[in-house]
Amino acid sequence: MSGPNTQYDPVEVSALDPEAIEANVTAALGAFAAASTLEDLKAARLAHQGEKSPLALANREIGALPPSAKADAGKRVGAARGRVGAALNARREELEAERDARILVEETIDVTVPSPYRRLGARHPLSLVTERLEDIFVGMGWEVADGPEVEAEWFNFDALNFDPDHPARAMQDTFFVDPPDSGLVMRTHTSPVQARTLLQVDTSQLRKELPVYVVVPGRVFRTDELDATHTPVFYQLEGLAVDKGLTMAHLKGTLDHMVRALFGEGTTTRLRPSFFPFTEPSAEMDFECFACHGKDTACRTCGGTGWIEWGGMGMVNRNVLLAAGIDPDVYTGFAFGMGLERAIMLRHGVTDMHDIVEGDVRFSAQFGMEI
Amino acid sequence: MRAPVSWLAELVDVPSGARGADIAADLVKVGLEEEGLYGGEITGPLVVGRVLDKTDEPQKNGKTIHFCHVDVGPHGQMLTDGVPQEIVCGAHNFDAGDLVVVVLPGATLAGGFAISSRKTYGHPSNGMICSAPELGIPGDGSGIIVLTDWFKDEPDVLASLEPGQDAMPLLGLGEEVVEVNVTPDRGYCFSMRGIAREYALATKSDSLRDPVRIAVPPPNDTGYEVRIEDSAPVRGVLGCDRYVARAVRDVDVTAASPRWMATRLTQMGMRPISLAVDVTNYLMLLTGQPLHAFDLDTLSGAIEVRRARPGETLTTLDDVERHLDPEDLLITDGGAVPLAIAGVMGGETSEVTPTTTNVLIEAAHFDPITVARSSRRHHLGTEASKRFERGVDPEMTAAVAQLAVALLVQYGGGTADPGVTDVDRRTPIEPFPFRTKLAWELIQPPESSGGIAPPDLTQAAVIAALRSLGCTVDVLVATPAEVPMDVPAGAPTGGASSDAADWVTVQVTPPPWRPDLRNGPDLVEEVARLRGYSLIPSVLPVAPGGRGLTPARRATRLVAATLAGLGATEVVSYPFIAPELFDQLGYDAADPRRHAVRLANPLSAEQPLLRTGVLDTLLGVLRLNVNRGAKDVRVYEIGLVTQPGDDPGRAPVPPVGIRPDDATLDAIVDAVPPQPRHLGIAATGEAVPAGPSGGGRPVTAEDLVGVALSVGRALGLSLTPVAATQAPWHPGRCAALTLPDGTIAGYAGELHPKVLTALDCPPRTCAAELDLGVLLAAAGDPVQAEPLSTYPVAHTDVALVVDEQVPAGDVETALRAGAGAELEAVTLFDVYRGDQVGAGRKSLAYRLSFRAADRTLTTTEVNAARDAATAEAATRIGAVQRA
Repeated sequence: MSGPNTQYDPVEVSALDPEAIEANVTAALGAFAAASTLEDLKAARLAHQGEKSPLALANREIGALPPSAKADAGKRVGAARGRVGAALNARREELEAERDARILVEETIDVTVPSPYRRLGARHPLSLVTERLEDIFVGMGWEVADGPEVEAEWFNFDALNFDPDHPARAMQDTFFVDPPDSGLVMRTHTSPVQARTLLQVDTSQLRKELPVYVVVPGRVFRTDELDATHTPVFYQLEGLAVDKGLTMAHLKGTLDHMVRALFGEGTTTRLRPSFFPFTEPSAEMDFECFACHGKDTACRTCGGTGWIEWGGMGMVNRNVLLAAGIDPDVYTGFAFGMGLERAIMLRHGVTDMHDIVEGDVRFSAQFGMEI
Repeated sequence: MRAPVSWLAELVDVPSGARGADIAADLVKVGLEEEGLYGGEITGPLVVGRVLDKTDEPQKNGKTIHFCHVDVGPHGQMLTDGVPQEIVCGAHNFDAGDLVVVVLPGATLAGGFAISSRKTYGHPSNGMICSAPELGIPGDGSGIIVLTDWFKDEPDVLASLEPGQDAMPLLGLGEEVVEVNVTPDRGYCFSMRGIAREYALATKSDSLRDPVRIAVPPPNDTGYEVRIEDSAPVRGVLGCDRYVARAVRDVDVTAASPRWMATRLTQMGMRPISLAVDVTNYLMLLTGQPLHAFDLDTLSGAIEVRRARPGETLTTLDDVERHLDPEDLLITDGGAVPLAIAGVMGGETSEVTPTTTNVLIEAAHFDPITVARSSRRHHLGTEASKRFERGVDPEMTAAVAQLAVALLVQYGGGTADPGVTDVDRRTPIEPFPFRTKLAWELIQPPESSGGIAPPDLTQAAVIAALRSLGCTVDVLVATPAEVPMDVPAGAPTGGASSDAADWVTVQVTPPPWRPDLRNGPDLVEEVARLRGYSLIPSVLPVAPGGRGLTPARRATRLVAATLAGLGATEVVSYPFIAPELFDQLGYDAADPRRHAVRLANPLSAEQPLLRTGVLDTLLGVLRLNVNRGAKDVRVYEIGLVTQPGDDPGRAPVPPVGIRPDDATLDAIVDAVPPQPRHLGIAATGEAVPAGPSGGGRPVTAEDLVGVALSVGRALGLSLTPVAATQAPWHPGRCAALTLPDGTIAGYAGELHPKVLTALDCPPRTCAAELDLGVLLAAAGDPVQAEPLSTYPVAHTDVALVVDEQVPAGDVETALRAGAGAELEAVTLFDVYRGDQVGAGRKSLAYRLSFRAADRTLTTTEVNAARDAATAEAATRIGAVQRA
């Protein structure tokens, strides 16, 4: 049982005086409000909330009070400390928010300064148009075959019914491998892969039985000098289908589908009679100008004719099937081939072949990764 | 081949008012593609005028001009003012009263030259009196055209001239010339006769007026003697199976060709030369039959057609001495003296000259293959050889000779010899069977016309079409049903059935001008083109289910996209290289890459070889870009290279139309040199560009090694770089990229400084070349996935001091070998060289990351694993842990 506090020292407990406490609170709040930085606020906190602060001292005094006064003083001091603490937190949050905002402003950079990140490279449009065409045909269930560029003369000509003495053979402007009787040439078209595919000696390891539906993209060679519209090294896409019951109508259907997929819906084709040793009947294909659809007599894409010439084709010659050991009375087929440079020149407005073949990176860079 | 519209109209009905473009449109339907349209540039009014008066007015400059009044009929000033046309003319070769050609204001001459009224030399001048060159027609430019002179040989025309008459048709002006491309199967279209025939077919007209349907005197034995002595026919075909010789005496070969003939020749792109030459050229253009004219008086013996003898020579008309081959077919004088290479070109000695009076006309039919081979052998393509090698109608030989005789008589004042020589050793044209249903079968599927033959593909229609071509069609197999055989082309027949029993096989004999028609599909093309290719329906075939792209195509695309993603630009380059390149690349004498395919006829004699690596040509592309001002260049190419090895292949060339036996086929395939697909990358300049954020960093060998490793990763492969010495790389900065089994897939690094100097590439250029085939062979196995541990990772660092020569790759390999199963990653994060480790040594700092599949690793476990790794490095390569 404790008796009356005989040790009571009115001076020492003056801190518990309500007015004094209120003054301390006011001083603390004033100090916090006056703090303009987090550092100032830290100093103010130490002064008004630290262990040596008047309110902390007052709090310590409570224990010395008579029980009757304890509760009252405790409540008073606690409330005061609470107000001071809340004010401190509020002010801290304000100052932290100000600081964070200031840092973000200070960290502002010029985002238009060129990035040191390495630029993306680019694909060559010949590759891209090849891939587009491959995808169009793969979408129809066709497969993609390939073959060598230095080719046996037999595959390039004889297997395709080019008689050694036929003028068409001389017209091909062939690069011959030395010695001239080596029996090897640089392929003048992708068509030797027709024979390779049918004889199952293609290098793409397709190894499939009839029926055959393949496309063959690739590089071919003729002894033309490079100029604005010719190049001795150019790219073709060859197509070959051999099945029972194939007709010229199926050839036309395939071409129609291809030009629509590449040049846009509504593009149609036109076949004209022509001659190729490896097809009979033979045709050349024009497609309707995708730029003017035949409506502009001054069209720069088609020269105002409404039609764009794009490749030779026909029904596979019986002699080609025979050379591959296929019975032409059971199977028929069609084949077609077109130049890819021409497709690029037309579709993308390229006016000079040099740009396509020289390897200037500025040319490929215009196309990026897709055309 | 050109076709003047008016000439065509002489041979076949052409609708009045048809323009060149209309005719070209008709011809393209049957397969004669338009190559060009000429003429028609002059637009009216161009009229006949009579000079009423001519006032000579000398000028200060010494010239005299003539102020004329010209009667131009009811045109010009007569129309507007009722007075004759006033024209100032500078030419002097005319007088008052002459008939001239006047172009009036409003007209346009060739080249868009517009005629208008103007004032000149103090007079109004309303038009121009024209010279031949001003109108673009043959004739000398010495003055204006005086029509009385111009038509002095054509009294009928002269009599009909009157002022005001349209002069355009009179002079053959305003006439258009259509030029078409003739495919090699249609030799007969190198003639107006052939073009007219095609035009008649295209327009379904039966109006063809065949110029060789003329009366021909029958052969007799009083003509000039001709012998055909072919001892060595090519492929069993007689070199000459018909030779017609006709003599015309006392010809004035210097006589000018008639104007109409000169005009025709000019329109066809030929130059009128002299009567004898012009007649042969004109008839060749008309009929397709090449002719030759000999000076009869230079011949001493019979004409003998024979093969050349070894060592024989002939100086041809182009003044080149030809060393003849025993396969060349010759026209000889008495068998002794060569006169001409048959069907190709004549010789100098027997040529018609201005002093020639007696002419021997040769019209012959030569074997296409014999002519083609001679033409190619002597690099001598002529108008004659072009026609013979594509096939000339052997039926018309005598008729064309007769046409020549008649023209020489008419315009050269000659007398035809009564002798007519016609040595005819032709074999009959072989008929062949044709299943009439094939046309329908090959053109469109049955379902596209409801299972019934379209009206223009019925048996009757097909037979009619073949007959319209000139084929003889005979029924070979009697049919159970009554088959209408005599139906005009294009006429529909009702009730055609798809029942095969109703279709017959017929026997077809093609006409003599169509040697290209040899089998069923040949005839189907004829049927299809006469019917019109535009009638072919569009039917998409259904292919069996495909398997998508081959692994090779997928891999190539992936690699290409990866490289572009890594900042490289795809390019293509020609594969042609110079032999010196291999020296420039520093290949030693035994380097297998020196074995390159050589072209027999390269475009450039300096670059006869084909590349054996992509860098061979890619470095040239890099140089081109640098020369055009690019500093930071990173290019790549994926393409085939040719590696024939030291045993150049020789491929058999068996004949067409037969499958070679397996051994021959294998020999063909094996002779084709290996052509692996390679990837080349070349880079120069900065890998990271300098800029506001810092200085740049030049591209280094390590960058290229990294690119190569990325290519491997893209394909699911882990390539290992191993220090290597390989041209053209810097011997200390080259890595071989190896597969786990040690196979080298390629090389990457910095190029040898000497190579860069030799190839004029920037210093420190880096490059890589990989064999995609090698990569592909190793790739493709499905990845077997590891389960992922979710326990924490533990890192620990270790610094190892090794000799300078020890590659970091070896240190890493040793650490991996020793660190145990829980090792997850090894990362080299620092390399230190300096006093603390001593000369010739380096310190490599690694972070080792460990993680176990089933537990959190303890510090003790991690340290033990690190110590084991370090111990392994110490054992293998003497690595010492840095204090």
